[in-house]
Amino acid sequence: MAKVLMKGNEAIAEAAIQAGCKAYFCYPITPQSEVAEYLAKRMPEVDGVFLQGESEVAVGNMIFGAASTGKRVFTTSSSPGISLMQESISYIAGAQLPAVFVNIMRGGPGLGGILPAQSDYFQSVKGGGHGDYRLLVLAPSTIQEAVDLMMLAFHLADKYLNPVMLIGDGMIGQMMEAVEFPDNYKEPELPLRDWATTGADGREPRIIKSLFLDPALLEKNSWDMEEKYEKMKKDECRHELYNVSTKNKILITSYGTTARICQTAINELEDEGISVGLFRPITLFPFPEKALQKEINKNNIKAVLTVEMSTGQMFEDIELANKGSKPHEFFGRTGGIVPSPEEVKNKIMEMIKKHTVSSGKNKKNNRGK
Amino acid sequence: MAMNTETIFSRPKSMTEKVTHYCPGCTHGIIHRLVAETLDELGLREKTVGVAPVGCSVLIYNYFNCDFLEAPHGRAPALATGFKRLRPDMTVFTYQGDGDLASIGTSEIIHTANRGEKVTTIFVNNAIYGMTGGQMAPTTLPGQITSTSPAGRDVSKTGYPLKISEMLATLATPSFIQRTSVHDPQHIIQTKKAIKEAFTYQKEERCFSLIEVLSTCPTNWGLSPSEATKWLEDNLLNFFPLKVFKRPNDGEDSK
Repeated sequence: MAKVLMKGNEAIAEAAIQAGCKAYFCYPITPQSEVAEYLAKRMPEVDGVFLQGESEVAVGNMIFGAASTGKRVFTTSSSPGISLMQESISYIAGAQLPAVFVNIMRGGPGLGGILPAQSDYFQSVKGGGHGDYRLLVLAPSTIQEAVDLMMLAFHLADKYLNPVMLIGDGMIGQMMEAVEFPDNYKEPELPLRDWATTGADGREPRIIKSLFLDPALLEKNSWDMEEKYEKMKKDECRHELYNVSTKNKILITSYGTTARICQTAINELEDEGISVGLFRPITLFPFPEKALQKEINKNNIKAVLTVEMSTGQMFEDIELANKGSKPHEFFGRTGGIVPSPEEVKNKIMEMIKKHTVSSGKNKKNNRGK
Repeated sequence: MAMNTETIFSRPKSMTEKVTHYCPGCTHGIIHRLVAETLDELGLREKTVGVAPVGCSVLIYNYFNCDFLEAPHGRAPALATGFKRLRPDMTVFTYQGDGDLASIGTSEIIHTANRGEKVTTIFVNNAIYGMTGGQMAPTTLPGQITSTSPAGRDVSKTGYPLKISEMLATLATPSFIQRTSVHDPQHIIQTKKAIKEAFTYQKEERCFSLIEVLSTCPTNWGLSPSEATKWLEDNLLNFFPLKVFKRPNDGEDSK
């Protein structure tokens, strides 16, 4: 298929169609309403379901009901709306159903703002709803990657019978880039959908539920789920390296749009003769911890910098991998303010001075801006 | 010994043989059976999915021989919507109590009815929260004593009981809304007729349907089973009149 120029939100919508998604439920919220507007026209063309619900609470539960049919379903929202969907996400995880959620993140907490942010990392990665569960969390940094990861999201949801969350900041939703959809999209084989409630015709009734009044059964369900998460950690970690070489003294970690801003900073510094590498997690859960440790532990790396559009959330997972082995600093802008490459460069230069010039005592884990 | 025997009463195929967990005198068992008989008679069991609520009837799927989903509290109509939109060929019903439907789930039931989803809701109203131990519900009568209205429901502080059927009947979208009761055999037969009419409309892909069934809770009302049916008759019927509030073809003449 030829390349087309598309807005991120629309590309995400079309990717879902290309992945064979049959139903989309939504509630309007900025900055992702274009997904709904696109699918209001597009879903009927593929005999799919488009429905605008009365609230994000209802929409999440419509997804729950629709996923029970065994067909591919998804919804999109933005931070405050995703908060309202946490109820259904917890139930869908507990009932072990596949479903895809997209969060085009805006600044928070509360009503926050409508500009890009990455402040829902904790909510996505550490569990926004109640109970022992995890989401597979994917974080694209380009519109093309948003398309590719959307299609992967449906596959992973089906493979693991678990909700998948794709998180993009408002920039991913709003900017336009050239994208290409795969021709004749094919996926590896998936297990039979022998859990879908398709009517007890010639078979025993199927019950889709998350209630286990017997604690031994609930514990078993939780450990069965944990087994899935362990398998995800083993098989599904994804990351990308940029400009990584033995010349690097500082390693940046950053995801989504922020990683691209860091790339610009890295390119400009490279022109000035300063070499910096970037480790960009693509899956935020499972977190590519081992691959990151490998990079951090290289002798040429003197310090690690985490850059986010938040006050420091992924920072904690980076530190869990770093385990205090190298000085780890944070640079973040939040509330809808996008960091400039200049700001990132300044922070890098400050760290180079501090961690590579003198042999003095390094201050570790400094979260100051 | 040759005898001509004819079965005149048996367990509906749509019900399992499990013993229910309901308290003595609770009318959930009767209402379950009326739904199961209807599924049998209309030949719907094999293509039906029920949606269980949160409340005493959360385990309803143990007693039905059809597929079931278990919804978060109050959200059964949202699950039913999502399912039915993808599988309009299947029969979808929700079974909800008054805490589930009339309190935490008011938004979902109103919008599901207003969209005219072709699903059926069995709304069991016994004017109290059962499973959590007898707290005040939106349908608790004025002056009724519950564990969270120990001096009786004070309408100056908590408002009056919510009349769901009356409210839903005001919507312009065509639907079938009827309130019935199961306090005596005559009313049980009327309830069966109403439930069958509701599922028939769904089978014909005509409209949303809701049957509000007045029910007893002897345990949390603090009454014996027979006192409870009497209390329902003497009290609930006064506040919650039994009637057909709306049929799908209502108002067609006046348009």
